[in-house]
Amino acid sequence: MELVEAIILSVLAASTPLLIAATGELVTERCGVLNLGVEGMMIVGAACGFGGAWASGSIVVGALCGVLAGTALSLIFALMTLVLAVNQVATGLALTILGTGLSGLIGAGFVGQRITTAPHLHIPLLTNIPLLGRIVFGEDAFVYLSLALIIGVWWFLYRTRSGLILRACGDNHVSAHALGYPVLRIRLLAVMFGGACAGLAGAYLPLAYTPFFIPGMTAGRGWIALALVVFSSWRPGRLVVGAYLFGAVSILQLHAQGAGIGIPSQFMSALPYLATVIVLVLLSRTRRGGSTAPATLGTVFVPDR
Amino acid sequence: MQLVLEKRLEQSRTIALVSPLIAIALTLLTMSILFVLLGKNPLLALGVYFIDPLTDGYSLQEIAVKATPLVMIAIGLSLCYLANAWNIGAEGQLLIGAVAGSWIAVKTQGTDAGHWVLPAMLLAGAVAGALYALIPALCRVKFGASEILTSLMLVYVADLLLDYLVRGPWRDPAGFNFPTTAEFDPVATVPVLIEGGRLHLGSLIALLVVASAFVVLGRTIMGFEIRVVGAAPRAARFAGFNADHLILLTFAISGALAGLAGIIEVAGPIGHLQPGISPGYGFTAIIVAFLGRLNPVGILIAGLFLALTFIGGEQAQITMKIPLDVTKVFQGILLFYVLACDSFILYRFRLVSRQVTHGIG
Repeated sequence: MELVEAIILSVLAASTPLLIAATGELVTERCGVLNLGVEGMMIVGAACGFGGAWASGSIVVGALCGVLAGTALSLIFALMTLVLAVNQVATGLALTILGTGLSGLIGAGFVGQRITTAPHLHIPLLTNIPLLGRIVFGEDAFVYLSLALIIGVWWFLYRTRSGLILRACGDNHVSAHALGYPVLRIRLLAVMFGGACAGLAGAYLPLAYTPFFIPGMTAGRGWIALALVVFSSWRPGRLVVGAYLFGAVSILQLHAQGAGIGIPSQFMSALPYLATVIVLVLLSRTRRGGSTAPATLGTVFVPDR
Repeated sequence: MQLVLEKRLEQSRTIALVSPLIAIALTLLTMSILFVLLGKNPLLALGVYFIDPLTDGYSLQEIAVKATPLVMIAIGLSLCYLANAWNIGAEGQLLIGAVAGSWIAVKTQGTDAGHWVLPAMLLAGAVAGALYALIPALCRVKFGASEILTSLMLVYVADLLLDYLVRGPWRDPAGFNFPTTAEFDPVATVPVLIEGGRLHLGSLIALLVVASAFVVLGRTIMGFEIRVVGAAPRAARFAGFNADHLILLTFAISGALAGLAGIIEVAGPIGHLQPGISPGYGFTAIIVAFLGRLNPVGILIAGLFLALTFIGGEQAQITMKIPLDVTKVFQGILLFYVLACDSFILYRFRLVSRQVTHGIG
């Protein structure tokens, strides 16, 4: 029983950064912008988040630093793709390359340092309920925040007028522009939201997951978040399922390694990446013909006048 | 008054020529600011980065050695990008090529195998790289899965496979438990061009690749098809060009070149298989491809330039204690500026007064 509880707790912890980053990217992509720089924004978010928390001693300050760093990088992306109409794929790659370097530079000062990670919720009685107590009432704030975030995004996209306009920009930017909506300004906000989420997701890693910063600690999570958005068919509900499924795969392979079944650890470590490829293939296959992707995803928009 | 971006009637040739230079100039300016922030003398630092490596023979050879994989991979990637196929997993294809070629080297180790070993290794590297690149290409063509994500995921898989091999079955029994294979036999090693130097046969192969790409892109139907499919997909469809076929082809070529670069790197400058054989050549090659404007000659120049930053970065770390990550920041910023400057080939900024806008609209 305790093992099951431990596994579920660690699955939730491993899924949370994926969920936060993918939530941001979902909104960005729903608006028609493909930002492949999630990995870069995450890793800089991790470095700045740790730096902020280490210098100030406060997890909240750290998280804010991560959010700011992610947003700042997403502004560079927005300047390139929205103002200068540069190819989004190439710009996203540039952002990841830049982010990897920047995070190493920023993080160099505090590699080897430790902080106390974010505290877990503790409500007397409730948290003590066997099995469910710690899972439901004993998480750190990021886990609850990630769920609030995705519910908020669902509500925004499907229940508000602004959400409808945002989706319209993603599905047909020419019509949205013709109706008088400021497509580029809306996209700028969507890109910034994506950046803020990616930064927060990155900051989660050193603030709640492990108590230290190591260069390259995101280990491709940004890319997996991008794959999750495809997996979810750009729908918030499925995104939650996908994120927890992927978290489960990465945790189960760790436990399998620990249990010492005769498979080399490298093969188990490759599982999350292979699973991503397989899932992308299976999902894209079932959807042949009618794609669910936002129709203008990844295309440049230069308003004519 | 308002500043707006508008499409040029014709692509600007002047800007096409000078844009890489402007991009480099802006990058150097940005780097100077970064050096000041790091508390270093910017002129001194730029000197160590970009001038010092050009002043002695050893570094010059080292630049050519580093440029070799960059140019080979970037040539392959440029074909993909021209055809609008996004292979960003060249790093993985490089690693798989290195693994496949090393397999022959490891199996023939200590035997009296003749001079067929090296050619066989190079062939194995190229074939394995091509096959590995065909996985994301097939997933895209057959199932419609994004080749960007699948090709990147396979980088991590290749990295782990290499790690497993050098820590497990291929580990050198006399290697004090270090994760490496034994040094390759002389017949399994890429020969150096100058006795006692670092420059090796691979650099000549890279030049050959550049020349072939120049001919293929400029003088063959295949090159024409690649460019049309990328630039005008609708026109390509009307002309009966098969886009799927070209995705497979360009991925296979770029995978083969990356694989070849990988095995040349392992059988040449490194001499054995170990983790970390590439300081991200597969990713830097993306920058090389764009900086060289997806043109073979341009890529050759861009490859040499980025190789210079690797060497300069290492020297700056030793002499000025500038962190190695500065090189990566430099490369990222450079790619941003290149892309931004290229935008002005197609577009231009114009001041429009709001009233005129309303009058026309």
